[in-house]
This record gives sequence, structure tokens and C-alpha cells, in this order.
Amino acid sequence: MERPLHRLRRSPYLYRGGMALALLLAAVPAFADSSLPAAAWANRQLPDPAQEKAASDLMHSLRCLVCQGQSIADSDAELAGDMRSLVRSRILAGEKPEAIRGWLVDRYGAWVTFEPPVEPLTWPLWAAPALLLVAGVFLARRRFRRRAPR
Amino acid sequence: MKRVVIWAPVVLFALFLGMAVFRLSNPGSTDVPSRLVGQRLPAFALAPAAPGKPGLATADLAGKPRLLNVFASWCVPCAAESPQLLALKQAGVEIDAIAIRDRPADVADFLRRFGDPYTKIGSDPESQVQLALGSSGVPESFIIDAKGVIRHQHIGDIRPEDVTDILRRIEAAR
Amino acid sequence: MIAELGLAALWLAAALALLQFGCGMLAMRGSEGMAALVRPVAVVQGVLVTLAFVCLLEVFRVTDLSVALVAENSHVAKPLMYKIAGAWGNHEGSMLLWVTVLGLCGAGVALIERRLAPPALMATLGAQAAIALGFYAFLLIASNPFARLNPAPAEGAGLNPLLQDPGLAFHPPTLYFGYVGLSIAFSFAVGALLTGEVGPAFARAMRPWVLGAWIFLTLGITAGSYWAYYELGWGGWWFWDPVENASLMPWLAATALLHSVTVVATRDGLRAWTVMLAVVAFSMSMVGTFLVRSGILTSVHAFAVDPTRGSFILGLLVLYIGGALTLFALRVGTVREGSRFDPVSREGALVLNNLLLSAILGIVLIGTLYPLGVEAVTGEKLSVGPPYFNSAAGPLALGLVAVMAVGPLLRWRRDDLAPLARRLALPVALSLIALAAVLALLGPIGVMPLLGLALAVGVGAASLAPLWGRSLRRTPLFTWGMVVAHVGVAVSLAGMASETAFTRETLAAARLGETLSVGPYAVTIRSVAPVAGPNWTAIEGTFVARRGEGSAFALNPQARTFSRPPTQTSEAAIATRLDGQLYVVLGPQAEDGRWQVRLWWKPFVTLIWLGGAMVAVGGALSLIGRVLRERRAREALA
Repeated sequence: MERPLHRLRRSPYLYRGGMALALLLAAVPAFADSSLPAAAWANRQLPDPAQEKAASDLMHSLRCLVCQGQSIADSDAELAGDMRSLVRSRILAGEKPEAIRGWLVDRYGAWVTFEPPVEPLTWPLWAAPALLLVAGVFLARRRFRRRAPR
Repeated sequence: MKRVVIWAPVVLFALFLGMAVFRLSNPGSTDVPSRLVGQRLPAFALAPAAPGKPGLATADLAGKPRLLNVFASWCVPCAAESPQLLALKQAGVEIDAIAIRDRPADVADFLRRFGDPYTKIGSDPESQVQLALGSSGVPESFIIDAKGVIRHQHIGDIRPEDVTDILRRIEAAR
Repeated sequence: MIAELGLAALWLAAALALLQFGCGMLAMRGSEGMAALVRPVAVVQGVLVTLAFVCLLEVFRVTDLSVALVAENSHVAKPLMYKIAGAWGNHEGSMLLWVTVLGLCGAGVALIERRLAPPALMATLGAQAAIALGFYAFLLIASNPFARLNPAPAEGAGLNPLLQDPGLAFHPPTLYFGYVGLSIAFSFAVGALLTGEVGPAFARAMRPWVLGAWIFLTLGITAGSYWAYYELGWGGWWFWDPVENASLMPWLAATALLHSVTVVATRDGLRAWTVMLAVVAFSMSMVGTFLVRSGILTSVHAFAVDPTRGSFILGLLVLYIGGALTLFALRVGTVREGSRFDPVSREGALVLNNLLLSAILGIVLIGTLYPLGVEAVTGEKLSVGPPYFNSAAGPLALGLVAVMAVGPLLRWRRDDLAPLARRLALPVALSLIALAAVLALLGPIGVMPLLGLALAVGVGAASLAPLWGRSLRRTPLFTWGMVVAHVGVAVSLAGMASETAFTRETLAAARLGETLSVGPYAVTIRSVAPVAGPNWTAIEGTFVARRGEGSAFALNPQARTFSRPPTQTSEAAIATRLDGQLYVVLGPQAEDGRWQVRLWWKPFVTLIWLGGAMVAVGGALSLIGRVLRERRAREALA
């Protein structure tokens, strides 16, 4: 994926697993990072294990905005760290995970969440398992014969 | 019925083909635009980012249309767009800024080297306001109208050819 | 010189493929002279294309920088193993590997296959040549691996450091033998449709090739998952990334095909479905190759994006997949279906198996392509990731595993529910005991992992059932294969469920000398020092871990910096124990001198890949068993 020079996203090289071969060939010379440390809750776990689990589950299902398809939990990008800090600090303050997800979707669209919203646009997606099973049974029904009584 | 079933795979493949052809001919951009265009600015109050310059709060971004520039001193394209911002300032556009993940000394140094078109600069050390705005990188610029509603988002640095368009939008936002 | 030899061999191979295609088509219509030519031509084509690939390997081995591909993907300072592996770690080289496997498989069929009626065999070899022709054209016109560079650079651009790893060096060839091996099934299916020979003979001819390709795919996907787990530093083993999905879809189709082919071979039912699956399996391979190389889907694994190459491959897809599906629609009427069977029977279970596998395949395909479809129609951008795939495909997969346990216990043609229930009583009881034990001893865990664990226990027991009450020495090898493979699935499921439910993670910023705890371990960070390797420098941490009163041991995670090309990677330190793995990652140092450290304790995570390996071993046993049985049958007749 080419990185347009007019647009700088944080740490294009330093995120884990984002080493697309093309990226290396695109040779952007100036990949700058800020010199500030990571945000307060970017790399610290919440003291309450239940809250940390809720935060972790949410972070694994939110998409990193500047990476090649990783979640914010799996990314070393600075913006991903700032998003993790946002998630953890809000969970600490008592906010529900779905509310935080909704807040981010309001700002970035459904693209930022790996769990597609259930709305008319995604009904075919969510209905697919049931539809496929029904279609399969329908196709297979003529292979069977009626059970003969013993 | 049997005909439908037998030809269904071909039809499905044709569907896949259509999507692939669409995507190959319109690669699309990797930019993630903000969904807040057309809505009010979120509420925030940021400390000053550079010595001698006031900080930035939502209340400051009202009264007349202005440009809100999201930048950082460590961002190379931000330096590249400085001449365009200075030109816009000359043309009478009020420009405020949010400095992302920056130290006061570095911001001051950046302004000294590349010019200072800003009235106020707020400091956003953990990108929280940047996230609240739906911005996903630097540099980005937002056109805010007199009522504090976001009217347009410009992703990336402002090129010389973009200046007239931005001026036009600022006029339209009166 | 070697490069030119390789290019010449490639052109010759392409010419022979054309000849093979022509002769095959003529032989199918009955020309005896042509029929005699086809086999030798196929064999020589295989030899020539292998020669071309060997030339590419040689050119990489000596790092001939006047070849453009070597200059872009290799470096004089790279270790030898990675120089050679660099041959297939790029687009052109891997496409050459693709046609090499195509040619070798065709040669193999030409040399080995004796049972299939000549018209069908000729049609099959002709179809194989037709597929090869398109990819030869792609290589020679749009992706020449032997193009020269003038002037030659002094050093070379280097290979992506993530690929400089033994596991990943050999992962592509394994996968390619799998993907492209499925082309034989595709060719057999096309040949059978063209000549109207869809029956037990066709199924028996195809079965060993499907098994062979499937074994490689299983190994390749398992190895790839393990590589991602230890190399990427996040402890994840499956991300539902589009490229991972592209490798999974052929495997799902091949698994369904494998089971379906047995029904045709032995009971002569499910003919149309088997032919369709054979077409779908290789089609999924080709779609996968298209998705990876065209750049239409964002992925961490994607090759360098080139839409023109993508368009060429799309053209090949239209030709082969469109052609095969149309042929199927036109000719499926000539496929006379075999006997029907009772719903409660082994055939019934195999139909259910096919159905569930096809549904899962459909879900993965739809989920992967849905964002693209939505963007094409509405311009909206969507992401579909693990939350969707896990909740949509997970329950179906659990159902599939349950069917896998029941199937082998059913008789062919018809069976009754009461005796089946008796046979299942013990496995079901074991499942329930496991369920209760987990809930009682380990506390509440998620529904899916809980079901997974309980099911794994029951299915493991049920999979051993075909061996009960039989003389183990006289049990056929292919029955052993089935048992080992099915138990392997249960083992892998147990690993997945355990990892999901019981992983413990500790993130901290630690000073030297500080002790952190994760799971049952206490981990102390002793020191951090710079080290150097052949083409990298690194910061290496020395951690000491201890479990209760046990002996302490050291772990040395690194943060590496490569110079050519400039990249950074994280090398996790992993300690494997009987009941899990301790996984330690060293991150950057903060301003106050503390080190960012990530620790995981992952109970029984190794079962995931052990199970995968068992599945592959089971497949190998099955393959050997079938081949031996057929050789004995032939000798008995002779």
C-alpha cells in the first residue's frame, strides 16, 4: 500500500506486523513520531480484572485508523495507543463498552469497528449463516429417501 | 427451480467479478474522513501549546468562520503547508490550531522556523481532542462556521492549488 | 547465463503446455496418435518448468544482482537459507512456484494414473495444460522473474525481515503444493464433465491427489498460524485477516471434497456435489491468489499492490472459474445420480458435514468480500473482523465437530437412532462430566470456550470409537488415519478453547530488578543489553521466570533493528511447558528508565498446532493406507 507523501500518519513503520512488502518499497524517508511518551492508559492495565477484560475485548474489536487492518490492541502506532488510553480511561469511569464503540463510530463511521453494526445495510451479512444452512438443506433434500418402516 | 440452482454459482461469480472490477478501477483512498462534518464542534478546553500564545476552547471557535488546523511540530508535511496557511492568514482568514503530542519548546521552534499564522494554539498531548473531532492524522484542517458547526474537512497538507477553494468555502460559511 | 537458461526453459514449458492442451483435446475425441503423445509431453513439461524454478533458486543462491528480482528482494549479507527462500518470497518467484507445482502435478498424473478411462484422462491432462497456459502467459508477459537489471546494483534491497525466519521461509512452498495440488481435482472434474464420466472411477482416481493437496494445506495453515503467533509479538494465532481467509477457504472446500469423494468412490452418491466441490476448491485457490496480489483488500500480508497484474489474474479467473462453472451448469444434467440413502446413515452424516463446511466457507467468503460489496454499492466503508466471523462461523464449526464424532459411528445406507444413541452414550457422558468439571473447578468462562472444551472431550472419545472392539493390528491404515485426524481436530479445539478462556496477560512498565506476575509465574527483569546478529542489532532483555518453588529459568526477548531494509521487529521469548506457554515481549524504554513489558501465560495453547499436525499425519496415514490397499488389490488381480 502506498503512503502518499502529503499525508503523514503516525509511525508508518513501527506498528507490529504491518510490514507489507509494498510499504518497504515505498521508502518514505521522513517517518516521524512524536517525542512524547505513550498516553497514560495506553500500556497499563486497569486494576480491576473484570474492567480490564471488558476493555481488552473492546480494544480487540476496534480497528487501528492508521494500520493495515490490525486492532488497536495489536498495534504499536501512537494513535492506537491514544485510542487504547481513551477506552481504558472511559471504562474506568464506568462507561459501557458499547457506548464507547458508538462514540467512535459516530466520529469515524462503521469502519472503525470490526463488529459490523446490525442495520439494514448489514442484514444480509448477519443473516448469511441461517440463509446458507437453509439453502443447503433445501439442496440436499432430494438425496434422501423416506425412512421405510421397519 | 433446478435451472436457478444450477446457474446460481455462475451468477454469484459474476457478482464477485463486478466487485473486483469496481475496486480495480476505483482504488479509493485510504483516508478516513470525519463523520462530524455538518455537526457542532465537540466541547473541549485545551491548555496553551506554545509560550506566549493562548490555549484553545470550543467557545473561542465561534463568531466568525475560521480554519482549525490540526498539526504537530514533528510532522514533515505540516511544515510544507506553512506558506499556504500564511497566505490564507494574509487573505484575512482566522486560523486556530491544535498541536498533537507536542512540547511547548518544540512548537515554539516550529513557529519560529516556518512562520506563525495562528491566533490560538491548544495542546493535545494524548490525541484526545483529535479523536473527539474524528481526525485520524496530521495535518488536517477543518472549516468552522460562525455558529461553531464543522462545515468541511481537508485531509492532508494544504497545497497551493487548494487555497482558493478554502477561501471560497470560508466565504460560503459566513 | 543461468537466468537466460531459466527463461528459455519456461518458454519451452509453455510451448509444451500448448501442445499438451491441443493433443489432449484431440485425444479426448478418440485420436489414438494424440493419446500416445499426451503423457510424455506432460512429463517433459513438468521437468522443464522444474528446471526453470531450479534456475531461479540458483540465481538467488549466488545473489546474482544483475537479475532485477534478486536486486529487489535479496542482499549479499543475508544468510544462505534466506537467500534461497527469497526466491519465492516475492510475487514473480511465487508465481513461478505456482506453475512449477502445476506442471509437476500434471506430470505426476501422467506418470501414475492407470485406472481412469483414456478419454477422461486425456481430458484431464488437457484441462491441466489449459490452466497452466494462462499462468505461463501471465508470467512471461507480466511477471518475468528472470528480467535483467542494467547496471547491476552493488548490494541489493534486502528481504523483509519478517520473512527471515525458518518457519516462514518454508511456509509458502507448503501452501502452494496445497493450493495448486487442488488444480488436479479441478482438472479431473472438468475432464469428467467433458466426457460424462462422473462415477466411482473418477472419484478413486482423484482421491489421492485431493488427500495429498489437503495434507499440505493443513500443514501450511497450521505452520502459518504458529508463525504469526510467535513472530508478530501479540500472542494471537488467527486474525480473520483477508489473506488468512483466502488460505482457509480452499482448505474448507478441500475438506468437504475429501469426504464427499469417499461417498462417490464407495457408495456412488453425491456425484454432482463432488464435482462442484472439486471446481470450487481450486477456484478458491485462484480467488485467493487474486485477492493477495491485486490489492483490492487491505491486509498485513498483502504482496506489493499492482492493479494491472490484478486485472490479468482476474481475466484468468473469468476464463477458468467462469468456464468451469458454465461447463458444470451445461453438463450436470448428464450426471446420473447414484442410489439414495436414509437420513440416518453415514452418507447422511457426510452430507451434513458437507453442508456445514460449505456454509462456513460461504460465511468466510461473504464476510471477507462484504466491505468491498458495500463500498461498491453505497460508498460506505465497513470493517468485518473477528467479532463477526467468530459469532457467525463458531457455532457452525462446533456443530461440525459434533457431526464429525457421530459420522464414523454410523453404518452405510441406513442406521437406527437407538443403537447410535447407545454408541454415543459414553462420549456424551464424558462431555457432560467435562462441562461440569470446568464450571466447578475453573469458574465461569464464555459460552463458546466452555462448549468447545466439553465437545473436545466428547469428540475425542467418540473419534476413538471405531477402534473399540477391533484387533488394532488388523485395522486398516486408512481407518487409523481417520481416527488420528479426527482426534487431532478435538485436540486443536481443546487448545483453542483453553487459550480463549484461560490466557492471562500482564502489561507493565518495569524497572530493572522488578518482579511481575502472570498466571502461576513470577518474572523478574534482570538486565537489558545490546546484542548483534548477522544483519541486525538488537536490545535484548534477560528475564528470569519461576513457578512457585520450581527452578528458575531465563528468557531473552529482543527488539531488533534491521538495516537493509530499515525495519524493527520484536522477537518474543517463549518458554513451553506441558501445560502451556509463557510468552514474554520487551517493548521500548520510557523516559523514566522503565521498560515496557508484555507477559502472557497461555495454558494449552500448543494443542492448537499439535492438533493441526495430527490432522495432517492422519491424512498421510490415510493416503498411504489407500495407496497400499490399491496396490495389493492390483497385485491380487495380476
